[in-house]
Amino acid sequence: MTRFTPVIGLEVHCQLATLSKLFCACANRFGAAPNTLACEACSGQPGALPVLNREAVDLALRAAAAFGCDLAPHLVFDRKHYWYCDLPKGYQITQSREPLGCGGEVELADGKRVRLERIHIEEDAAKILRTSNSESLVDLNRAGVPLLECVTAPLLASADEAAECLARMREILVFSGVGECDMERGSLRCDVNISLACDEPSARVELKNLNSFVHVRDAVQFEIRRQSELLASGRPVERETRTWDPERRETRSLREKERASDYRYLPEADLPPVPLERARIARAAACVPELPMPRRRRYTSELGLDATLVEVLLESRASAEFFEATLRHARDAREVARWLANDVRALFAEPELDVHSIAELSFKPFDLAELIELAANGRASRPAARQVLRAMCRTPRAPRELLRELGLESLDGGAELDELCRTAIAAHADASEAVRSGHARALDVLVGAVMAASKSRANPVAVRARIRELLQAAP
Amino acid sequence: MKARAAVEGALARIEALEAEIGALLDVDEEGARTLADKLDREPAPRGPLHGVPFALKANLCWRGHLTGAASRILDGYRPPYSATAIERLIAAGAIPLAITNMDEFAFGSSGENSSFGATRNPWDLSRTAGGSSSGSAAAVAAGFVPFALGSDTGGSARQPAALCGVSGFKPSYGRISRRGLIAFAPSLDTVGVLGDSIERIEQVLACVSGHDERDATSLALPPLALEAPREHLRGLRIGVPKEWDAELCDQGARDRIRAALEAMHALGAELVSVSLPLTLHANATYQVVSACEAASQLARYDGVRYGSRESCDGTLQGMIAQTRGSSFGPESRRRILLGTALTSDEGSPSYEHAARVRRRIVDELRAIFERVDLLASATAPEVAFRLGERSGDSARMHHSDLLAVPASLAGLPAASVPCGTCTTDGVELPVGLQLCGAPRADARVLSTARCFQAATRHHLARAPLTGALP
Repeated sequence: MTRFTPVIGLEVHCQLATLSKLFCACANRFGAAPNTLACEACSGQPGALPVLNREAVDLALRAAAAFGCDLAPHLVFDRKHYWYCDLPKGYQITQSREPLGCGGEVELADGKRVRLERIHIEEDAAKILRTSNSESLVDLNRAGVPLLECVTAPLLASADEAAECLARMREILVFSGVGECDMERGSLRCDVNISLACDEPSARVELKNLNSFVHVRDAVQFEIRRQSELLASGRPVERETRTWDPERRETRSLREKERASDYRYLPEADLPPVPLERARIARAAACVPELPMPRRRRYTSELGLDATLVEVLLESRASAEFFEATLRHARDAREVARWLANDVRALFAEPELDVHSIAELSFKPFDLAELIELAANGRASRPAARQVLRAMCRTPRAPRELLRELGLESLDGGAELDELCRTAIAAHADASEAVRSGHARALDVLVGAVMAASKSRANPVAVRARIRELLQAAP
Repeated sequence: MKARAAVEGALARIEALEAEIGALLDVDEEGARTLADKLDREPAPRGPLHGVPFALKANLCWRGHLTGAASRILDGYRPPYSATAIERLIAAGAIPLAITNMDEFAFGSSGENSSFGATRNPWDLSRTAGGSSSGSAAAVAAGFVPFALGSDTGGSARQPAALCGVSGFKPSYGRISRRGLIAFAPSLDTVGVLGDSIERIEQVLACVSGHDERDATSLALPPLALEAPREHLRGLRIGVPKEWDAELCDQGARDRIRAALEAMHALGAELVSVSLPLTLHANATYQVVSACEAASQLARYDGVRYGSRESCDGTLQGMIAQTRGSSFGPESRRRILLGTALTSDEGSPSYEHAARVRRRIVDELRAIFERVDLLASATAPEVAFRLGERSGDSARMHHSDLLAVPASLAGLPAASVPCGTCTTDGVELPVGLQLCGAPRADARVLSTARCFQAATRHHLARAPLTGALP
């Protein structure tokens, strides 16, 4: 079969994390009761006018700085017309003639740079809810929510690259605080344009409604195969919009004729051009933190962390920053990374603690560093340290103090440890006998018993040594 | 009891004449009486508009009232909010009393495109009251109310004011907030004011003008600072555009305008003949720009969220097509089709082309104001024509707005003031003088018009049928 080169571009829509909608004062909030976040402007009442949300512009400028886009001298808006029940005004306010930003790029892990053709601001449409008896209900809460549309050049060549590019764009947007980018909630959405190049490029197919990274990868994979087979058998690829059916694992045509082609763009006369002053651009750019890709490189090559740990740390800006702040007070980067990736994250699964993310932690990076140090120098056993960590979520106190107060300081020796070991040997006569006759693994039973009796305070290394001594000494 | 008495007087005049004129679509008697009583109990008047009843054009949203732009597609629609201009008038103690008839969505120059029948001119009931603010002009001319709000996109407040013999004013674009004005063409729309005198209009302007943060196109200026009443017009240079003068077809009207110019000269103004050749393209430019914007603006009337809804084949697109096809009047359909064609892929250079011509016309007009303070002309090229005489003839209908459209394209302030009557077919019909000012020179236009009124007193002439009124 002939080899075709896939030519893939992404159109990513990110809801901007503003307090209010793009053109009115309604709250920009997910999950409210239907049609409770709507006013005369976002419901398209006669005579209502849009007023541009400054915060949305600032977040979009921040995104432009994060991607390294060239900016337009001023913001201008256009109307894009089509009729559908999700569009209250019969047009969407968007930027077609002159997007906010052009150029800029997204870097993939292998160093490939994917150019952005444009990023622009536009308003989201309402949400359509289909009822069981095939009625369509309109929820205007989403109508007018600010969106940032980011369009890549068609420079991606595989399903994996497409999925990765989306992930890289997402982490840049999340780290910059531009949007929440939760694909399940629809605050990040992705359409994919795909054609196959051989002698000349085939017709472009647009894939819509890809709700996860896996869907993006699977849908592109399927589409490459489908188009290859068509071309190989001499049939043409039709220019159309298709959607991914995750159940049947195939793309199918949307046949959305009425929404195609002619959007009759017109300048939005209700919104005069907004000049973009240098100071404002600089303020927005100053809000962009170090981006995930350079951090990733630093964590791997300078700190020697393995890839899985790095990805966990880079899950959010708060996580990466907590890690780096902890590191300033700790010696061992790997140890800090492991604590954050395992023990701290385990806290989020405990409902009674009511902590769900790094950002919600009540203790400070300095405290975590101290706890790690207590564990590293044996002052606290690993299980005891975990208990202190839990206590740190409830009371913002120094780990050292909590350790003492909870009576969890390590038992490294002395009369108390001695007594615990003797009791365990007496209580597990069979195991003791087995150890004496050379079954080293039976020792674990005895150590375990001591650990339990000491409520994990005992230092397992010291316990092991002391039990051996006692068993050898005794007849 | 002054406010209540004013309301009762207005209601009595409406009772006596409205059936013949058809200026009003709805009267809120109870609301007005309640508000008047409340105002009468207040210890001190809020200002010059305290207790003054007014009417408002049906394309200005008035919370909970039937302000549906005289269109069947907004059948039964009651807006959930009020236009900023109405909010400000109510806050100043004025009393909204009635909703006035208009051409559907302000598409027209004769009132005949209303879904509820045309308004008749109080000076001659067989004639048009002009349009599209036909009801607002007729309501003031018939003495129902001292002033009424209208709208002016391409002459819609000035032309009916001229044809009905009342004062009318189109402010600078952005001077009065458009929030709550049911849009026709957003780059041209203004809220207009019609009144029994320029002095009254000045009071209204002082109240409703001023920046509104809910309209991004509203001028970032405080409420209009009025000029002190002028005793004379000395030091003013008034330009008389040759090209506009030539469009004046009616000899009687021509005489009245000439007399008005002489009156201003007698008051001390210097008259200068000027040439504005590009403004001859203003009407064509206006037709393209306004139709394109109107088609976009009217896209929201789809039957989904409010207004009328017709269904046919059970599909969404079928419902939208059926609703729009059967609920918009013929002129609305014509403009939507024209605007849609001109903005489609095949026609899309039209809007940009027209926008470029518009910028050149604006430049020409701005330049002329370096030589003169004001432009004077007739408001309309002729007096009120007979109802039915021009329906179906768009070109002749548009001719009526010829002299009003340049100020609209350039966003300039312009007033129409009565300058006497002329006899046409045996009836006396009013003629309007248009005074158009430099960008944002609203106060200058109004003070000049007021001085003219004080000297000529043409604005006191009343339509004959109002003679026996209470």
